[in-house]
Amino acid sequence: MSARDSDRKRELLGLYNEPDDAADAVSRLRGVGFGGNDIEIISATPYPEGAFGEQHAKHRLFAFPFAGAACGLAVAIAWHIGAQIALPIVTGGKPIVAVPAIIQVLYEGTMLGAVLFTVLGVLFESRLPDGIGVYDDRIADGLIGVSVMARERRIPDAQIALEEAGAVDVLSKDGSLMRPAAASP
Amino acid sequence: MQEPVTVDRETANRELLDFVFAWPKWFFATTGLLGAVITLGLIIFLLLMIFGLQLFGYAHPVYWGFPVVNFVFWIGVSHAGIMVSAILRLAQAEWRRPVTRAAEVLTIFSLMTAMTFPIIHSGRPWRTLYWEFPYDWMRGIWPNPRSPLVWDPAAIFTYLTSTVMFVYIALLPDLALARDRVKNPIGKAVYGVLSLGFRGTTRQWRIQAIAGILLSALILPIFVSVHSIVSWDFAVTIIPGWHNTVFAPYFVIGAVHSGVSAVVTVMIVMRYAFGLKNFITKDHIDSLARLLIIVATVWLFFFMLDFMFGLYGTEPAEVDTWQRRLMEPPWTAIAIIFIITGYIIPVGLWLFRRVRRNFFLMFVTTVLVNIGMWLERYMIVIPGLERKSNLTFQYGDYLPSAAEFGIIAAQLALVIAGFLVFSKLLPIMPAADIKEGQILRDEIKVGRARVPATMREA
Repeated sequence: MSARDSDRKRELLGLYNEPDDAADAVSRLRGVGFGGNDIEIISATPYPEGAFGEQHAKHRLFAFPFAGAACGLAVAIAWHIGAQIALPIVTGGKPIVAVPAIIQVLYEGTMLGAVLFTVLGVLFESRLPDGIGVYDDRIADGLIGVSVMARERRIPDAQIALEEAGAVDVLSKDGSLMRPAAASP
Repeated sequence: MQEPVTVDRETANRELLDFVFAWPKWFFATTGLLGAVITLGLIIFLLLMIFGLQLFGYAHPVYWGFPVVNFVFWIGVSHAGIMVSAILRLAQAEWRRPVTRAAEVLTIFSLMTAMTFPIIHSGRPWRTLYWEFPYDWMRGIWPNPRSPLVWDPAAIFTYLTSTVMFVYIALLPDLALARDRVKNPIGKAVYGVLSLGFRGTTRQWRIQAIAGILLSALILPIFVSVHSIVSWDFAVTIIPGWHNTVFAPYFVIGAVHSGVSAVVTVMIVMRYAFGLKNFITKDHIDSLARLLIIVATVWLFFFMLDFMFGLYGTEPAEVDTWQRRLMEPPWTAIAIIFIITGYIIPVGLWLFRRVRRNFFLMFVTTVLVNIGMWLERYMIVIPGLERKSNLTFQYGDYLPSAAEFGIIAAQLALVIAGFLVFSKLLPIMPAADIKEGQILRDEIKVGRARVPATMREA
């Protein structure tokens, strides 16, 4: 194996029946030197944060609505004032841009901007859209997946840690079953 | 909750996705019937474009009829979804879990239906496009962008977009679940694309939880603004009976009353039609009924305020309008039916626990509420316009035509069909949310009693 190959990261997925086993797998992986960013828990159901001893997910989702609101307000002002100036309506001496009449539209524009940016923020912070990575349909039925990104040379360590925690199966990137580490030559 | 949902994950997956993957016979019969009614509505719409508004029962000075009444009614129904879903999410009410999706979907389809009414009301739908994009600039005639009628599309577009986004974000885990469970390769590909590669990592679940709360907090002010703006379509005019400062909160709370009742109706139908007896329990209906007692009573308070403000100024035109609404046929009968069906019968019955936990009675009473609330909107819109003013030389009573009833039936069919088709393609209950509720659910012993204890995210 070349040095380049041994530096390449590969994803392994251990599947567990019980949350305790999955938490044990996370501890074991940490024990053999895998960092928090390398380990991911995958489940069909949201578990309380920290249930598996994983790192707290940092995010900036709360900034998105504010940015969106500012953009929405700016677009609403430009749109509405632009429309009032563009249409040559006879106003009989009244102002062309009537503030009381556009407050509602500015409000809606601001809120729409906030919602749209929040949705974009949700997708961005969830790292979506994304390729599915290593996954198994049995997760939908209740199995819990512990995924680990390991360099080629560290794959055996990761596999042993996942198996020792009681994994039902350990899958590699292409979805194929890994041979049990003990049986590997 | 005294009667929590207790099914294992496998059963939950199967039962919640059962209707998506199965093809019951009644589905074809029902969609066929609904399709026929919608076709009838389309034919009426085509005739409307050919013959114009003479198809409707308008008579000078009444040119706002069924289309406007229905517009207000369906906007009102649409408020339930977000109100129920957003408030319960923000309050982290455990019993919200099976309720939210159906409520949100009802919002989307009733809002889409409501949006068709201004187009029908205009009589010349192509003119609606002109209001937004004035294309015949050669004549020098321009729509007025300062008109209150511009507020409506702005608010409704914002509300619909936000609701669709809200539902889509909440749907991601269920789309992923459908992707994992469906056998058909085309279905797998479609659900795969729609789920955007969601696989349920800790980070994705964390963002899902925050997104639900954040989007709820953003949508609630929009929800209040939408029906306020609908009420201002009336309140900023000088028509007697409409020009009232209390209209915005009165309309909003009326919308909530009507909408939450519609959610209860829909949930009871879903329980039996989609086989969701394990998920929609008496407790859910009971909780919503208790909420409805409060909402209905607040709504009655605002109705009384509207009445009091109308009379207290002793403005002759206002007093005449109320005289017409309450004392002249056929309005007296309509007023009596509306107050009996909208408040007295339902709230009177909901005071009894036995009624609140009886699916049949709850179905009947919530349908009655919406009959009453439709009549309320009818009573708000028409009598104010029917009044003779100094320059009214031609006068006739508004009598809704068969075409208008046909349009109403078609629009109701459109909402039901939309809901049904959605339920056929996507889970109508948030499976992940329900399963989360089961994980977090535990029991603790307090003295000799065992009570449910729920851990909540901070």
